[in-house]
Amino acid sequence: MVETALVDWSRLQFALTAGYHWIFVPLTLGLAVIMATMESIYVKTGDEFWKKTAKFWMKLFAINFAVGIATGIILEFEFGTNWSNYSWFVGDIFGAPLAIEGIFAFFMEATFFAVMFFGWDKVSKRFHLAATWLTGIGAAISAIWILIANAWMQHPVGMEFNPDTVRHEMVDFWALVLNPVAISKFFHSVFSGWMTGAIFVIGISCWYLLRKRERRFALASIRVAAIVGIVGTFAVMFSGDSSGVHAAKYQPMKLAAAEGLEKGGEGAPFSIVPGVEIPGMLSVLATHDIDGYVPGIEDILDGYTTSDGVSYPSAEEKIARGKSAIEAFGRYRELRDSNPEEAAAAREVLDANIDYFGYGYIDSRDELVPPVDLIYWAFRVMVGLGGALLLLMFVVLWAERRKRLEDMRWLLWIALLSIPLVYIAGQAGWIVAEVGRQPWVIEGLLPVKAAVSSVSVGAVKTTFFLFVAIFTLFLAIEMRIMIKAIKHGPNIEQ
Amino acid sequence: MITYDFLQHYWWFLIALLGGLLVFLLFVQGGNALIFIAGKDERQRELIVNSTGRKWELTFTTLVTFGGAFFASFPLFYSTSFGGAYWVWILILITFVFQAVSYEFQSKVGNILGRTTFRVFLTLNGCLAPLLIGTAVGTFFTGSQFYVDKSAVGDIASPVISRWANEWHGLEAVAEPFNVIFGVMVLLLAVSLGALYMINNIDDSKLDKNLRRALIYSFGGFLIAFLAVCYKLITMNGFAVDASGVVYLEAGKYFNNLLDMPVVFAMLLLGAVLLVGGVAMTLLKANSKRGIWLAAPGTVLAVMALFMIVGYNNTAYYPSTADLQSSLMLSNSSSSEFTLRTMAVVSLIIPFVVAYIAYFWRQMDKKSITSKELDHSDKY
Repeated sequence: MVETALVDWSRLQFALTAGYHWIFVPLTLGLAVIMATMESIYVKTGDEFWKKTAKFWMKLFAINFAVGIATGIILEFEFGTNWSNYSWFVGDIFGAPLAIEGIFAFFMEATFFAVMFFGWDKVSKRFHLAATWLTGIGAAISAIWILIANAWMQHPVGMEFNPDTVRHEMVDFWALVLNPVAISKFFHSVFSGWMTGAIFVIGISCWYLLRKRERRFALASIRVAAIVGIVGTFAVMFSGDSSGVHAAKYQPMKLAAAEGLEKGGEGAPFSIVPGVEIPGMLSVLATHDIDGYVPGIEDILDGYTTSDGVSYPSAEEKIARGKSAIEAFGRYRELRDSNPEEAAAAREVLDANIDYFGYGYIDSRDELVPPVDLIYWAFRVMVGLGGALLLLMFVVLWAERRKRLEDMRWLLWIALLSIPLVYIAGQAGWIVAEVGRQPWVIEGLLPVKAAVSSVSVGAVKTTFFLFVAIFTLFLAIEMRIMIKAIKHGPNIEQ
Repeated sequence: MITYDFLQHYWWFLIALLGGLLVFLLFVQGGNALIFIAGKDERQRELIVNSTGRKWELTFTTLVTFGGAFFASFPLFYSTSFGGAYWVWILILITFVFQAVSYEFQSKVGNILGRTTFRVFLTLNGCLAPLLIGTAVGTFFTGSQFYVDKSAVGDIASPVISRWANEWHGLEAVAEPFNVIFGVMVLLLAVSLGALYMINNIDDSKLDKNLRRALIYSFGGFLIAFLAVCYKLITMNGFAVDASGVVYLEAGKYFNNLLDMPVVFAMLLLGAVLLVGGVAMTLLKANSKRGIWLAAPGTVLAVMALFMIVGYNNTAYYPSTADLQSSLMLSNSSSSEFTLRTMAVVSLIIPFVVAYIAYFWRQMDKKSITSKELDHSDKY
């Protein structure tokens, strides 16, 4: 019997690792573009100021990069240590992007990271610039592959279940790579990294302006970061829009939970906060049609028919069909050698119900509803902060261009205090994406409780608290080192 | 003709290659194990940290890619071993996690724990990671206690395919002397490679002397462990697989594999000769610094040969002593033919990756690190 506590602690441990990892990764993605842009200006103009400016942000980049790597390795191996059933059941598909990530991206990052930091006097200017860009590109490429893997869990495509090997097997690599969910997820995540990098650079630069230090450095950094951040935020908005459409199509429960929508229908309203709604807006966002049908939580559980006549079964029917699939799977395995005819009949039942296989592990319809309040508010925090930060970047850039920024101390303070907000927005986004798909580790195919390793609850609790201690220690050290480095400053104007 | 069987063997070859490269790149760990032994003063310790520090990410990345490649090509190993030998892998990961931050943090103002603590972390990773990885690889020959039942997926209440047969979850591996000797062998090899690498990479006469002394002891110890492992490999029972996939114990299986696969035998011998040659030329000629470039291919070849002995020629590469028929072999643990074929196409980029790494390595290491350089340029 798989214990509920084991599933919960395993989830908590993975969430902890992923959450910490996503503190460091977006800054890597964003800072890489900002400092590479600065170094490009240096190479183009020959102005040493830009080299020193780029080098200062690289210093912070390196401090952050190390902890990102540390949390990343744990994340990769946790698929095996804590989700071993998952690793076999879908390893045929999921392992490939992970391996490609290593071969294509990680070696690129590792090689060029070393050139970027230690190669200033060893390679030519242009060569060094290429290394800086390639470090950032390597980070983005690694994001592509892990997000292809993640998107496949949200919307599994390009595979078939093989009852002989007892796993899903890849049959179409390009369906996996060009999964529409993967494409919007990639842009949404990577460009949210640009936002993070931009807000980080703007916030710290504003601190220098508040302290009346490093004036030229701070204003130049703000200029570059704000442009990168604004471009990134628009890309986040567009990819977020397509993420919404994909959620409506492939994960309607996630969308319903994110909206707290109990009963849906045509012309569904968008909830800004409880009690404040925009009529028809959810239909527009989810289907790009004001009259589009959006099912609510109860509709999904009871079964529903969309306006174009497609019917979806109720939770009870899905669970029953899932149990039929699992039962037929068992019969097939038992009879495949001794009674091929009976086995073939079982195989037919299995094939007919395979889309609901995962539902066979579900005990009741309530299990199919993710925690609505958490997802509802996480979504609002993400969108609200994203909008506010875009406005902030516009205002800061406008004030900088008008040469009024230094006099607007209130704005400098807001920019500085916004640094944690961009991280909160990013974490909230992942809560929507990952908690929103509960109880599934792979949508419709495998619930979390059928995916865990057979280890004791005590073992997972121990490693969970161990990781809490280690990651928190690393975060504290990183922040302290960064603060010291920032206080020390680039010292360009001395 | 590229058959499924060929693809499984091809992917095991790539796993062997990555394993070989990983063990070679453990020179970073081996070098760090010498921080407080060969580094007699602050400047020498700084030279060591900055020498290994410019390569640590390659080792780290190779480890991650090794894991990723195993996941993609032999997912049943990934799920069974990582989910079962839980504590061994968690310990290995934790040592690497501490290493990952220690380079960057150790010399920074405000690092809370102080420089020495981070260097102790580097040293601990340097000792424990090769030891634990070696011990874990030792179980490929001696076996582990686990059950695999794929039909368990049909059990709604408990659909777990792989189960460990004891509560030690991998720690029991140290009860088998062969595993421990294997681990010690890998550790001493890593230290030897670390010394050889730094002799080549650092231009400092005093440190050079210390490294050569460390190399004598570490390589002497390695040779003893290596001979013990070879003796045991020749004489021990191995886990053979018959034509119908049934696993059974065969006397001298691993030695038989060497005899059945003369190319692998030649790889092992050539690897050993290159390794010994690299060390010998370094120790016998006081100004010789290029030993690492013989020892490196020697290590890769020898490790590849060990992986081939345990995976090829109808051998169960991850045997179960709790239930022989649960043992993992290439045929029952690999990904599907389609995935292996697709990944085989992807793997064609590996030579390009190796080439650009080698090119940039050369660019960065053209000049040895000197004490003067640390005073005037970027450093850890």
